[in-house]
Amino acid sequence: MKKLTFKSENIAKLYNRRIILENISFSLSDGTAFAITGKNGSGKSTLVKILCGVLSPTRGSVEFSVGGAIVPYPDYYPHIGLVSPYLNMYEEFTAEENLSFIAKVRSLEREWQERSNMLLKEFGIYDHRKKEVRYYSSGMKQRLKYCAALLHQPSLLVLDEPSSNLDSYGIDAVRKFMVLQKQNGILMFATNDAEDLQFADRVYSIEIGNH
Amino acid sequence: MMIISTSYHIFVKEFVSEFRTRYALNALLMFVVTTLSIILFSIGQESPSIDVLSGTLWIVIFFSAMSGLSRTFVAEEERGTSLTLRLLVNASSVYIGKLVYNFALILVLSVIIAVSYVLFITEFTVKTFEIFWLTILLGSAGLASASTILAAIIAKANTKGTLFPVLAFPILLPLLLTCINATKLATEGAFLVEAVKEFQILISFTVVMIATSFLVFDFVWKD
Repeated sequence: MKKLTFKSENIAKLYNRRIILENISFSLSDGTAFAITGKNGSGKSTLVKILCGVLSPTRGSVEFSVGGAIVPYPDYYPHIGLVSPYLNMYEEFTAEENLSFIAKVRSLEREWQERSNMLLKEFGIYDHRKKEVRYYSSGMKQRLKYCAALLHQPSLLVLDEPSSNLDSYGIDAVRKFMVLQKQNGILMFATNDAEDLQFADRVYSIEIGNH
Repeated sequence: MMIISTSYHIFVKEFVSEFRTRYALNALLMFVVTTLSIILFSIGQESPSIDVLSGTLWIVIFFSAMSGLSRTFVAEEERGTSLTLRLLVNASSVYIGKLVYNFALILVLSVIIAVSYVLFITEFTVKTFEIFWLTILLGSAGLASASTILAAIIAKANTKGTLFPVLAFPILLPLLLTCINATKLATEGAFLVEAVKEFQILISFTVVMIATSFLVFDFVWKD
């Protein structure tokens, strides 16, 4: 497996001249579980969006490299899997159709169907796969987001509040994949949940920095 | 090839989504029915000039487009799926997929409006159909090219509904005036060659809009 590195250098974000984030720097390599903590409104979700490349920082940069070669934006999107409260699935589509759309636009190999079924079973929504997402509960929607994020076996899995909206069955499934991700790539998650934080090798507090 | 394939999947997704939710279609069709009825009632027994009738045809098409075309991006923002899409595909594919979908939607709509207009407004007689249908085709392409990028810009604003026609009007004015001129030529029975200047303007407008939009779309889409 090629060596992965993820680097954030002096990231700062200003909204209407108000500083949301300042001088966020860290470097990660594969096999790392990295947690971001911070009070409500401290900018955890904003940082997650910047790290995933969907929001530009006011200053600083994000660098993702595979096997020593830097993968520029937006070419690193295929390496990222994101689960966030700001990311929704298409409600007028079924779970199966959502995953099929993702597989098609990501140009995944034929095996995606097997992986999709495996993920739907693991997250306990396989029996609801032909139901439109609009009829899902918030917990089922959250589980589907995990299926979507893990479908392409990302090198970097980014989770914003990993346990939110999930029951104990869902949390167990998520934690199983968090462990797997740590073994096969980089896991990054933003949380204040003490149990989730136990999975982290490194914790970054937005207010304090690395610790 | 990759960009064509992903753009195609975006287009199909838009089409299926619209078919199931009818976000834009219902608004568009209601608008067409309402405006055409108002025009019919207001004309009554009068015989308005061909200039006025050509103008009102494009007013109906313009406002119908404004009431529906912004939905492609506004719906993504409102449903929180824009972030999903941003992570899945590059900006160029999103732009092309949505542009083609908007073009298909406005073309179908313009054809419905044009046919209804010719059928119900008896004073409006088209003599050169080649000019008329080419104007509808190129006018729809121009409307789709400008409204797609504008929809992406206004999708993040708070006052989406009102902002769209306000921003679109100055940009689309040259296109609309040219379309009105070409429609007038079609009703006067001009030869196809006489409308070449109008067609050149319409094609140039569309090419410039698409090229500019393609260059700036990445910035609009990302933040």
